Amino acid sequence: MWRRTALSLGRRQLQGGPRGHANQVPPASFRMSHKRPARRILGVEKNIWLEFTEMAAKYKSVDLGQGFPNFSPPDFVRQAFSDVVSGEDCLMHQYTRAFGHPTLVKILAKLYGQLLGQSIDPFGDILVTVGAYEALFTAFQALVDEGDEVIIIEPFFDCYEPMVKMAGGHCVFVPLRPKGTPDKPALSSGEWALDPDELASKFTERTKAIVLNTPHNPLGKVFKREELQVIAELCVKHDVLCISDEVYEWIVFDGNEHIKIASLPGMWAQTVTIGSAGKTFSATGWKEAVARGFQRELDVLGRPESYLFQLPRQLQEKRNRLVECLLSVGMRPIIPEGGYFLIVDISALNVELPEPADEEEPYDYRFAKWLIKTKGMATIPVSAFYSLGHRKDFASYIRLCYVKEDSTLEAAEKILKEWHLTK
Amino acid sequence: MKIPLQTFLYCFPACRPLKSWLAKRLYHISSSTMASYKHKNAKRIEGIDKNIWIQFTSVAADPSIVNLGQGFPDIPPPDYIKEALAKAASVDRLNQYTRSFGHPSLVKALAQLYGKVCNREIDPQKEILVSTGAYGCLFSTIQGLIEEGDEVIIIEPFYDCYVPMIKMAGAHPVLIPLTLKRTKDDSISSAHWVLDPEELASKFSSRTKAIIINNPNNPLGKVFTKEELQEIADLCIKHDTLCISDEVYEWLVYNGRKHTKIGMLSGMWDRTITIGSAGKTFGVTGWKLGWAIGPEHLMKHLQTVHQNALYTCPTPLQEAVAQGIWRELSLLNQPECYFNCLAKLLEEKRDQMARFVLAAGMKPIIPEGGYFMVIDVSGLNQDLSHMQDDEPYDYKFVQWMTKEKKLAAIPVSAFTGEKSKNIFEKYIRFCFIKQDSTLQAAEEILKNWNKISH
Repeated sequence: MWRRTALSLGRRQLQGGPRGHANQVPPASFRMSHKRPARRILGVEKNIWLEFTEMAAKYKSVDLGQGFPNFSPPDFVRQAFSDVVSGEDCLMHQYTRAFGHPTLVKILAKLYGQLLGQSIDPFGDILVTVGAYEALFTAFQALVDEGDEVIIIEPFFDCYEPMVKMAGGHCVFVPLRPKGTPDKPALSSGEWALDPDELASKFTERTKAIVLNTPHNPLGKVFKREELQVIAELCVKHDVLCISDEVYEWIVFDGNEHIKIASLPGMWAQTVTIGSAGKTFSATGWKEAVARGFQRELDVLGRPESYLFQLPRQLQEKRNRLVECLLSVGMRPIIPEGGYFLIVDISALNVELPEPADEEEPYDYRFAKWLIKTKGMATIPVSAFYSLGHRKDFASYIRLCYVKEDSTLEAAEKILKEWHLTK
Repeated sequence: MKIPLQTFLYCFPACRPLKSWLAKRLYHISSSTMASYKHKNAKRIEGIDKNIWIQFTSVAADPSIVNLGQGFPDIPPPDYIKEALAKAASVDRLNQYTRSFGHPSLVKALAQLYGKVCNREIDPQKEILVSTGAYGCLFSTIQGLIEEGDEVIIIEPFYDCYVPMIKMAGAHPVLIPLTLKRTKDDSISSAHWVLDPEELASKFSSRTKAIIINNPNNPLGKVFTKEELQEIADLCIKHDTLCISDEVYEWLVYNGRKHTKIGMLSGMWDRTITIGSAGKTFGVTGWKLGWAIGPEHLMKHLQTVHQNALYTCPTPLQEAVAQGIWRELSLLNQPECYFNCLAKLLEEKRDQMARFVLAAGMKPIIPEGGYFMVIDVSGLNQDLSHMQDDEPYDYKFVQWMTKEKKLAAIPVSAFTGEKSKNIFEKYIRFCFIKQDSTLQAAEEILKNWNKISH
């Protein structure tokens, strides 16, 4: 009996705390049951990707959900990979330098040194990890302490929140809002913006870092220099670190310019900038980079034969194609300025959805599930990119990925057009 | 300074103007202290920034040095595994994200292989996690299951990453050494290094969450007997603790010894996480793929960490390893099985190394498994008094040997806690999964060394 009491006390203690954050040591009997996980992973068990990728696979849908290209990576990178794998040097299959393979970090230092106008030490200023995911994880684990506050801009790539929580930090959210009116709705991701006063109000003594994602997932917003300046000034004023997730840095449309916040005055010393080989070379499953690919790109940087010159142009055409189709069937896409995704306002569609299994489930989640099951098209509900408290306010958008080969986009168009005809 | 001043101010309200001036100063002082605090690292990584591999591998990377230090093969991996990787990378879909907890074909292959080895059915979706090497699996296990304030028992000498990982989780390592039991045998083997059962039992407390075992052991090469594992298992069951079993060298076992999985002993499956490695299994350490296998109720916590830390591992590598496992599964226990071929090859290399090390006046501990040999260098009486005092003897010896003899090794006290350093500081570790030319070059250096010494 006393053991049950001790267990339930422990559970209450875990759920307690003013921010729903476990901050008391549970009794030994509770802890010692070997089935209990560590407290640091409580509350971070759910994951949107696990849920929706399973559904997309189960219903064999046209997958515009998870963000990966289904066309090939460029030949020169595949060739480089093949040369390394089958080459004579068997040490290529063994351990390399812990913080990054020497050839890779040297080329990254050169490329980003050029882009930032800054001398970068390949051995002191760069870390290579398993994807941008692990770079983010490492940054939070290394820099965020229990009780630190981290500002996150909504909507946000979903992993930021559980990572901050695992580091014992507290997330402070500030939303991008569409600057439109009912007569003139915001039609581009550029028209979603932060309110500078609202942003300033989020900085406190306990703010350790702000997470920036530009180009932005899911909106496709490419933050302008003036917007980054506002963030930078607050960072410098409050001495706050900036973790800048720039995985889509090469995928920018309509002549927009990707600006690195680390290049703004005072920011180099307090910014961690994150990039991705998977997104750069359209090989998300590699989670590792090939130095030769980067060397080649550095040699032809800015020229028509550069993959990084061609890729955004190809993707812009795909974006335009999907946007056109969505408009033609009466849907309202928010035109992204960069990245892999666009979001679509589904509120005006007035689709009758089946009764929800779970009252708490936001509308866009229910819509996205209905879309997979009845129309065979996979998308991602945008409220997944909001904190729990704000999900209900932003539950009328779905996210589509257009970085897909033409046949996939054609199949999606067909589904949308047929649906439109039946309405 | 801040607190006493504040206390002073509150006690003397008449000092208001002073209070206001001081308050502003204090705010400024505390602001600037806060400013420097924000650029500082989080507390969880305090004291774990030193790393033996960072310290020793960059020096040994010089191609003129014969590197018997870090544990990686310089022999080529099997052709079929490289071909499998090249083939996987040529398939478009295999260059994109795969299932978070492990590529389907890989987890199925692992479930089949370990199902056969363990004689039980293993659920590929719920009882397996694929991560970035055994390192990634250890990290997910410790982050997912070990709480602040927990104690974790570690057997010395231990693979060095266990302690910093436990510290990062806010837990306390409790160390217990293997000790050399008296023997009349001429040669010492890793089997002669044992745990004292009473001492082991004394390490278990009400705060013990887990024990980590490494079998075969790195650096010693000890292959725990079933009886030794039973003693550990009995204590785990008695104290309701977990067992984290690092078995990356499971296929490399010599002299007809058998590798026993502690997870298979009665009462242990439900409390054991068993860790394996593609790098060690197929000789491709640079691929950094490993796996953890265990009961669903524990594995789900490893999966939670994984999905929030790196989400998924490289797809083409997983596909290639899957192909490798299917192939070996079909040949299991046959001579053509790569696991058997590699073990046979390494046993010969081990014996070759033991011979030339002995001839040089050093005393090897013959390993029963793994690909390292621990060697007692005290018989050489090498004078290192000219080197700095604050490091253990074996650290100094390895640095001196690398510089003067162009031969790299790893000091064994890197694998122990502070208290045991004086026991282990006369030992260095050599790696013998090296091609013939490397071993011959090492042999030459040791032959000449002997001549110069006399």
